[in-house]
Amino acid sequence: MPASPLCGEQAVPVSRLSLLDKIWQAHEVYDGLLYIDLHLVHEVTSPQAFEALRLAGRTVRRPDRTLATADHNVPTDGSKVAAQIADRLSRVQVEKLETNCQEFGVPVYSIGHARQGIVHVIGPELGVTQPGMTIVCGDSHTSTHGAFGALAFGIGTSEVEHVLATQTLQQRKPKSMRILYSGELGYGVSAKDLILGTIGRMGVEGGVGHVIEYAGPPIEALSMEGRMTVCNMTIEGGGRAGMIAPDQTTFDWVDGLEAAPDPLPLDQWRELRTDEGAHFDTELRIDATDISPQVTWGTTPSMVCDVTAAVPDAVTEGDERALEYMALAAGTPIQDIRLDRVFIGSCTNSRIGDLREAAEIVKGRKVASTLSAMVVPGSQQVAAQAEREGLDEVFRSAGFDWRSAGCSMCLGMNPDTLAPGERCASTSNRNFEGRQGRGGRTHLVSPKMAAAAAVEGRFVDIREWS
Amino acid sequence: MNAVTKIRGPISVLRRSDVDTDQIIPKQFLKRVERSGFGEFLFYDWAKEPGWDLDPNPILVAGRNFGCGSSREHAPWALEDFGFKALVAPSFADIFYSNCTKIGLLPVPLPEEEVEALMGAVEAEIDLEDQVVRFDGREVGFEIDPETRRRLLNGLDDIGVTLLSADAIEVYERDREREGPVTTL
Repeated sequence: MPASPLCGEQAVPVSRLSLLDKIWQAHEVYDGLLYIDLHLVHEVTSPQAFEALRLAGRTVRRPDRTLATADHNVPTDGSKVAAQIADRLSRVQVEKLETNCQEFGVPVYSIGHARQGIVHVIGPELGVTQPGMTIVCGDSHTSTHGAFGALAFGIGTSEVEHVLATQTLQQRKPKSMRILYSGELGYGVSAKDLILGTIGRMGVEGGVGHVIEYAGPPIEALSMEGRMTVCNMTIEGGGRAGMIAPDQTTFDWVDGLEAAPDPLPLDQWRELRTDEGAHFDTELRIDATDISPQVTWGTTPSMVCDVTAAVPDAVTEGDERALEYMALAAGTPIQDIRLDRVFIGSCTNSRIGDLREAAEIVKGRKVASTLSAMVVPGSQQVAAQAEREGLDEVFRSAGFDWRSAGCSMCLGMNPDTLAPGERCASTSNRNFEGRQGRGGRTHLVSPKMAAAAAVEGRFVDIREWS
Repeated sequence: MNAVTKIRGPISVLRRSDVDTDQIIPKQFLKRVERSGFGEFLFYDWAKEPGWDLDPNPILVAGRNFGCGSSREHAPWALEDFGFKALVAPSFADIFYSNCTKIGLLPVPLPEEEVEALMGAVEAEIDLEDQVVRFDGREVGFEIDPETRRRLLNGLDDIGVTLLSADAIEVYERDREREGPVTTL
């Protein structure tokens, strides 16, 4: 009903829904049961779920809405089949994934397959990740897929089993939060800095119980890779899922991909945005212009500061513990921190756009003699694309180790780990104690910052560095 | 899942905040394909620190944002296998909380000052029926979703419960399921 300012009648209430409301409504089988459009599976959180199905005599309800890959455990040495995996337990787990998928009819891209890669890289790359979907995976970084305007979140193994058996999830609607950004990101400041800066402001618990919608001009200006980086780290701020309304940037990404509809249902997808005046339980406003390149100094992602700052004084017992673990004294300038390792990879920053940004920095330069640096592409397709563009050569000739696809040293389940005491600039998502290897010390940064740190052997302000 | 009604006994205290699931059960133990036997690896690295003392009592009391980070259900499996039956903290990470309820390990959020008081107690009783924690002659209520509570009290199998509504899922798929994409490329 059109607005009629001259008429005194009560206007028909217009429903003002958020993006979350719209996706939720479209997937509610009934109150408390949510239909799942896409279930992504990997080798670490699925074996017990498949085993339980087997014991109960249950089947996978919708193999055509399920997709598996091997990523957490795979060595990045170019091994082509599970039998080549030296670590016995890792080998068994990857083989188990393969036999489970075969038995239950689930499509699987295991080690050696041209479509294998980190689960949150291959979904968007194949086009199975699409606007308006509900997407789950037994992995907390499933929030990545929200970059496409999907509701995507991590689940545990019991829930993996539930989704395999029923294609649904028992779920209460979470609270909603919107983070509205204004201004624009400055030169050299990336999506990774934006999300690290956001987590620094809201804390690791700020998003608990919420689905977070990221909005505003600085978000709209991001590439799909940048949007995935932002949504990926939602969980590090405690948020269950992150989402960004789809727009032309999204449609351009999906268009033409193997699993994409042809033509794209753009009329439906354009409806996937928050209505003016929709309610959010929590709102946060951040001026993106204020964000500088970020470096974490502690053992949670909210222990972060500007690259131009110094390691802060400990305020809490947790801070004290973190400084001790990180072997850092308060007051140390971030740019004086010397590094032993650099890792460019993970579901946060291993896509072709990330690798291009890092390659641009290292082109014609050399990795500092005091450290070792590695690049782990997010998928075999990313690796192939990078090789077509000659990026592998850029990295190799600078002294980087160019690896094959997997989660690698983001969590060090494969042989790529830090030795005790080693300090690493990493483009991954967690700087928890021991995350990259027992006793290892992780500093989270953007791909550009990691690349420049590799050259200098210490952190530098990418905005002033040349 | 076994039914959960009352959990009574001595408490163990872990006075740390933001305990992430990487600490609860480090990555090297996620390679196992079994569901049991994780208890001996609980807090594997922290347990080597001097002064570490955590007994397998029925109740673990910890700091804010317990269970943050990775979605690994191996973390609740390890806590449960070690001997804990209930966890009390000012707040829990979402996925971890949900994972606990799926295996009958009861997560109990209490206000920060009550958690602090409980840390000073020797033992406690958690009554899911009445939704209260009793300690030192006091009774403190806690929140839990009614449906989650019902399932825990009755030890219901979630999949079994959902499959009672298989008709509703079929109707959804017939009338409302979105088109594609299929993963069988």
